[in-house]
Amino acid sequence: MQEKIIEKVLTLLAFSAIGLLLLITIFIFKEGFPLILKAGLKDFLFSAKWAPTKSHFGILSMIISSLAVTIGAIILGVPLALACAITLAEFCPPRWLVFLKPTIELLAGIPSVVFGFLGVVLLVPIIREYLGGPGLSLLASSIILAIMILPTITSISIDAIQAVPLLYKEGALAMGATHWQAIHLVLLPAARSGVVTAIILGMARAIGETMAVIMVAGNALKIPRSILDPVRTLTSTIALEMGYSAGDHRTALFAAGIVLFVFIMALNVLANLLMRKK
Amino acid sequence: MAWFRAFFGLILLMCFISLGCSSKSSTRAHSLTIAGSTSVQPFAEKLAEIYMEVNHQVVINVQGGGSTAGIKACREKAAQIGTSSRELHADENDLTKIIIAKDGIAIIVHPQNPVKNLTLKELQGIFSGKIRSWSQVGWVDKPIYFVNREEGSGTRDAFESLVMKKGEISDEALVQDSNGSVREIIANNPQSIGYISFGIVNHQVKTIAVNSIYPSATTIKSNLYTLTRPFIFVLPSQPTGLGRQFVNFVLSPEGQQILEKEGLVGIR
Repeated sequence: MQEKIIEKVLTLLAFSAIGLLLLITIFIFKEGFPLILKAGLKDFLFSAKWAPTKSHFGILSMIISSLAVTIGAIILGVPLALACAITLAEFCPPRWLVFLKPTIELLAGIPSVVFGFLGVVLLVPIIREYLGGPGLSLLASSIILAIMILPTITSISIDAIQAVPLLYKEGALAMGATHWQAIHLVLLPAARSGVVTAIILGMARAIGETMAVIMVAGNALKIPRSILDPVRTLTSTIALEMGYSAGDHRTALFAAGIVLFVFIMALNVLANLLMRKK
Repeated sequence: MAWFRAFFGLILLMCFISLGCSSKSSTRAHSLTIAGSTSVQPFAEKLAEIYMEVNHQVVINVQGGGSTAGIKACREKAAQIGTSSRELHADENDLTKIIIAKDGIAIIVHPQNPVKNLTLKELQGIFSGKIRSWSQVGWVDKPIYFVNREEGSGTRDAFESLVMKKGEISDEALVQDSNGSVREIIANNPQSIGYISFGIVNHQVKTIAVNSIYPSATTIKSNLYTLTRPFIFVLPSQPTGLGRQFVNFVLSPEGQQILEKEGLVGIR
């Protein structure tokens, strides 16, 4: 009797989480979709003129900026994170790992506003002095995001590498491979699905990050032409403008939310497909 | 089953507690809601705080949401007093408008920037992206980085109508979402320029004269400084007791003194 009840309660709780996700989805689409219809999907996605209080709802520059910032973070962050993961999983004495892995994971616990603040105070002046431009830029946000996605990618990659059966490595070594050959010819391909999942989770984090990006990106509405130009991402726009928005302006922000939602969905589907392919 | 009964007991208990709370707060009939401009909000909060110290039975809620939202809230009776940091538009003239103070929009640059004066025309040129180098306004040949506020901000609305007239601010502008963060950028970048509320200016940045007139309490009070905007309370055409009393307090010498101490320019 009691077991049955506990079982029912657990099922109910599990489905309520899915139900919540469903409700959020319905709500975002219900709020934002009328505006996409009103402005026209083509104008909404492919016009770069955003002046919602004057009835211009084009989010092209934000889509490009969001993608550019995310790709930048991946280019800078992934080599670093993978190097970190390989070193920790393969070259470090296990006793160090116990101490080093939680240290890297601690990076994930630092609030994003702290990263943003460090970016503004340390990184932005350096970029302005030595590379030019206003300092608040695509480059600055990519660097900050690269650091922020580092712990996610590193720690999942470590788990993936360690999950490869020891036999594989022993086999490779027995056939005369060096340690490095065993790692990049046997271990990494075997751990591929885990590593790719890690990278995609990192991308999802990068595309959704808001606070740190608002602080270091400069938030100009123009389509960036160089990595030193300021950018405005989709999430930044929502956070910057929601305080004052009313009417169509408000629905336009929800419509931007729909685009973000579709991005994240696409990333997750991609992750699943890549994992199944293996 | 025991934990199950305890769980329901807890929920019942919480219901009773919340019922108790709501019946208690509804006995406080003397409550006043002020909603609107985020620029006026900190000053309204200060005034409300001091007013409540003297009148214990009164509860004043101060909310943000923006000038337009405040005017709308007043019309829909969601708030007894709406606040606005811009002039009322033509279709909003059915409400009673009371100017409680004035604020200048200060044009600020980095202290190292030697430029002292800009004309309105030059300001328009800079913010529309036509004047791109500091050499065009009397300094070295370096690009100008101009900082704008986000879409929907009352300060931006006032800046657009006072400076840009019908022109548009270039979308190359950096955008920040508060007076404080605009000031932070200017304080850190010698080539930048921006606009903030006069009450927020501090030693980190330098104000520039517009059409040869510096913003100050005197020039703002007399409207000599061009970029002056009113801080407004909006009330229904027939304001009720408590709203009227609070407005009288704000306009009294004491209330005006509080506003001036907080950095605004009184209207007396």
